[in-house]
Amino acid sequence: MDVTEEVVRNIAELVQLKVDDADIQQLTEGMQNILALADQMQAINTEGVEPVSNPLDASQKLRPDAVTEENQRELFQSIAPATESGLYLVPRVVE
Amino acid sequence: MSGEWEVVIGLEIHVQLSTISKIFSGSSATFGAEPNTQASALDLALPGVLPVVNEAIYPKAIAFGLGIGANIGARSCFDRKNYFYPDLPKGYQITQMDEPIVLGGEVEITLADGTAKTIRVTRAHLEEDAGKSLHEDFHGMTGIDLNRAGTPLLEIVSEPDMRSAEEAVSYAKTIHQLVTYLSVSDGDMSQGSLRCDANVSLRKKGADAYGTRTETKNVNSFRFLEAAIKYEVVRQTEVLESGGKITQETRLYDPDKDETRPMRSKETATDYRYFPEPDLLPVIIDDAFIAKVRDSMPELPAQKRARFHTEMGLTDEDSRVLSSELGLATYFEDCVNICSDPIMAANWVKGDLLGGLNRDNIEISDSPVTAQAMAAIIVRIQDGTISGKIAKNVFNAVWEGKTDSVDDYIQSEGLVQVSGSHELEPIVDRIIANNPKQAEQFRSGKTKVLGFFVGQVMKETAGKANPKQVNDLIISKLND
Repeated sequence: MDVTEEVVRNIAELVQLKVDDADIQQLTEGMQNILALADQMQAINTEGVEPVSNPLDASQKLRPDAVTEENQRELFQSIAPATESGLYLVPRVVE
Repeated sequence: MSGEWEVVIGLEIHVQLSTISKIFSGSSATFGAEPNTQASALDLALPGVLPVVNEAIYPKAIAFGLGIGANIGARSCFDRKNYFYPDLPKGYQITQMDEPIVLGGEVEITLADGTAKTIRVTRAHLEEDAGKSLHEDFHGMTGIDLNRAGTPLLEIVSEPDMRSAEEAVSYAKTIHQLVTYLSVSDGDMSQGSLRCDANVSLRKKGADAYGTRTETKNVNSFRFLEAAIKYEVVRQTEVLESGGKITQETRLYDPDKDETRPMRSKETATDYRYFPEPDLLPVIIDDAFIAKVRDSMPELPAQKRARFHTEMGLTDEDSRVLSSELGLATYFEDCVNICSDPIMAANWVKGDLLGGLNRDNIEISDSPVTAQAMAAIIVRIQDGTISGKIAKNVFNAVWEGKTDSVDDYIQSEGLVQVSGSHELEPIVDRIIANNPKQAEQFRSGKTKVLGFFVGQVMKETAGKANPKQVNDLIISKLND
């Protein structure tokens, strides 16, 4: 995949990051380099090899269905920029 | 609507699993708490937290899969679905993309005319719910409550097999029935425990290819589901017949205006950039575990319905009604186990009990007349202690909380049926003697007047006389 400046702007928008125009070129080059590395790895023959999504040969440990968390709203909201009636306030979003 | 269009509907149903805690954190998953009092560091996506899977989600999802005859994935993995929204603080939802826990399966629905239709299920996968955004005015800002964030969901995706709003509702109700029977979910739609997304499209009758569809999201009642689909069908028909094209879009149903409206489309096309969740390892689901779940499953609604019909001799309709909810079916069966008369139990449960529950808006689990009390009343009808008419009074007394013992109440109120002929005979004799005109009418062939005599005896005995015995006695006396 070709990483163009357009692709970088699109990704920035998807993740809601504000990117200065001045940084776009550098980011584009950086992402091109990352994908070039991936392309290099693509050259390896992986026929018949199971995809590995995790390096640990283990299965997930599970947790019993029990409440172990206490209400720490006051603590968490002490660092929130804006709260009201127990809610976190964020810039208005309406679909 | 003109007849040349065929409606094609597929549903995605989000079912909240009835767990105590959330899917990846130890926060309580109870509905209705004060905002953000059940939102832990993990639910808030604070740095450094890691998800740990709640083991209770697997038996529930697997029970659902077995209940629809699906394949259960041997490996259950999670993926990240990336999108930005403030009620999803991580910036991604942990869900299952490539390896859902439930694959395939089918559900049989019953249509209004009584015929059955099979709806195929594509898949069902586990995922976490998002928080809630409150758009009421907080000084021009949006309020976020993350109590719901991380509530475990099973998203059940159907094939586009439904052809009308009624079929879609019937399918949704069947899924609701199944998940409540299996204790997968409490199914409380007023609390959002079951929400539907409806994919609706039209195509020319006989066409193979599907038309462009719209997705109406987050419909939380069966009535709204029906209304939303009907609205979409009319709207799309109008667009197509006026030569227009359907835009593939997400819409919301507004119950106040009874219409669907497009959600504001984002300037950029959605791209969820799925990838395997690196914080969670695969969970291996072996055959022994699946067998254990299978062994612990209760009888399914369809099986119960068939058994009520074939083994208990109930009508098709009664079998359907009494198996419709697990609570109701259990009540009925508890009752039958004591009184051993399925037909009479069915009549009482369907009639007086359901009538009372509907009238007073009470859940069966809170019924003032327990299955045991109901059975006790039926037993006293069977053994001749009380008449069916008096039984209704006893039922009402228990309902109104005047007593909690059927037998005590019958005794203390002197409701025992007068059935010995030595008690009834003098009463009948006296009534015949006092009404010579009616007696003469009867003897001259006007047998309708029998009802008059029976009525008089019942009045005299305050309804406690055994009606059949009264009938027989009067006839024999009048024919003497």
